[in-house]
Amino acid sequence: MAEIEDKLLTHIAALARLSLSKEEIPKFAHDLAEILKYAEALEQIDLEGVPPMSHATEGERFRPDEPRHELTRDDALRNAPDQEAGLFRVPQVLGG
Amino acid sequence: MSDLTSIGAAEIAALVKGKKTSAVEVIEAHISRIASKDSAIGVFLAHNTEAARDEARALDARIANGEDGGPLAGVPLAIKDVLHVLDGEATVIRKLRQAGAIVMGKANMDEFAMGSSNENSAFGPVRNPWDVSRVPGGSSGGSAASVAAGFSPLALGSDTGGSIRQPAAFCGVVGLKPTYGRVSRYGLVAFASSLDQIGPMARSCEDAAIALSVIAGEDVHDATSSPRPVDDYVGALAQPTRGLRIGVPRGFLESGVEAGVMAEFDKTIAALERDGAEIVDVVLKNAPLAIATYYLVATAEASSNLARFDGVRYGLRVDSASARGSLKDMYGETRDQGFGPEVKRRIILGTFVLSSGYYDAYYLRAQKVRTLIRRDFDTAFASCDVIATPTTPSTAFKLGEKTANPLEMYLADVFTVPANLAGVPGISVPCGFSNGLPVGLQFVGPMFAEATLMRAGRAVERLFGPGHQRPVF
Repeated sequence: MAEIEDKLLTHIAALARLSLSKEEIPKFAHDLAEILKYAEALEQIDLEGVPPMSHATEGERFRPDEPRHELTRDDALRNAPDQEAGLFRVPQVLGG
Repeated sequence: MSDLTSIGAAEIAALVKGKKTSAVEVIEAHISRIASKDSAIGVFLAHNTEAARDEARALDARIANGEDGGPLAGVPLAIKDVLHVLDGEATVIRKLRQAGAIVMGKANMDEFAMGSSNENSAFGPVRNPWDVSRVPGGSSGGSAASVAAGFSPLALGSDTGGSIRQPAAFCGVVGLKPTYGRVSRYGLVAFASSLDQIGPMARSCEDAAIALSVIAGEDVHDATSSPRPVDDYVGALAQPTRGLRIGVPRGFLESGVEAGVMAEFDKTIAALERDGAEIVDVVLKNAPLAIATYYLVATAEASSNLARFDGVRYGLRVDSASARGSLKDMYGETRDQGFGPEVKRRIILGTFVLSSGYYDAYYLRAQKVRTLIRRDFDTAFASCDVIATPTTPSTAFKLGEKTANPLEMYLADVFTVPANLAGVPGISVPCGFSNGLPVGLQFVGPMFAEATLMRAGRAVERLFGPGHQRPVF
């Protein structure tokens, strides 16, 4: 993957919910290609039978699934940019 | 009495508890140094001056009443801006305050803890107290500079790929990244959840050991915090250099270390050997792949963690006329305007490596290489107690020197990133100067071997004498 086309970058930005400007798209496409080129070193490694490592903890630990009331509705809404009737208010989701 | 802003946390706590000085005097000395000197450095984004004065007065009253005051009684503390201090206070801050520490303010950093120079801050850069034309390192650049400049003997940083140890090296202070799970992450804004750890920055291993003793341990609010008992980190400082087995991965060090840094490192290793340490050759075969692995794993996790900054529950919302009133456009505009360039770069990379068609080739492959990097450490620790490397390949670089080339900036973390991937702890301790700039030596230890890191760090401090050299700025 030597080059990242602007079309692919636009697709990735849409997945990431980033409305990039026209100037940003070729710049980030270039940066992404550079970093992926550097990461090609990983392709030379024999990984047959090697399991993936997702974390460094010593096994899973669970607590009982009991509700704890540590956050009130008012606290949860306190920093909301917009709210109504105890709910987060957002722009229109469907249609329009 | 010597200047209260030049002594360490242990000494301050002893003076305050022994009523030789008051917490109020300690705090006032630091408030006044910050007021007269921070304009040259740019550490503090927010001051906690009045609350700090109130807490100091209350602490003095408790001590006058015969209470103990705590192991950090009256010790000024700087907090990296990535930690919550008010409601929903981070566990580490709650514990440090209970131990007597007093929060002076919030320290500048790279945005979302992403960067190696503190130049990715929307509030402007921090300057290195040893040379104000140079960066303090990052992302905990403000925390490191605060400790070096005498604004606080103690600071908290967070370390995902070197963000405590690298700025500690650049600023000539001690910085510890604990084992993954040793310290609760509750109240830390998540960057890469499988790599992030909070740790102390101080002017001595003793002060770092005291702070770690306070913040380590299990926390009901962080399921990844370990129930293992907390070791005696302060007691470990007294253990002798003699008999300590130090592994040096010579092959790994061939990856482009500046001559001045290498010379100080080699001199220190030779001196430790003269003091009775046993120097062992070790191999970290896959460590040169750590940066590539890290930038696939960490950015994938970041792209997921930073999805929460969407303009709905908190933070910025951009809902301009051009957003046409749709939710999706509000998300996109909010995130494009709210995030800085480096954060967007990492979200894009992380989204890419997790996206359909690329996941196996990039993310899954990187997770497998991560296993190999961890196995290299496990093998190496069969023949040594700690592994030593320079903390960084160079001393502090100039402001603006690496901003045009993201990849070059990433390589500043070449020696620190492997420990995060493996989960093992690492400490950076000052080991001399190159052209007037501090050089850091890093020890990495096995899982939960922070006590051994303290022993090793103290061994280096013994070589350089008790006097901490202070930057003039």
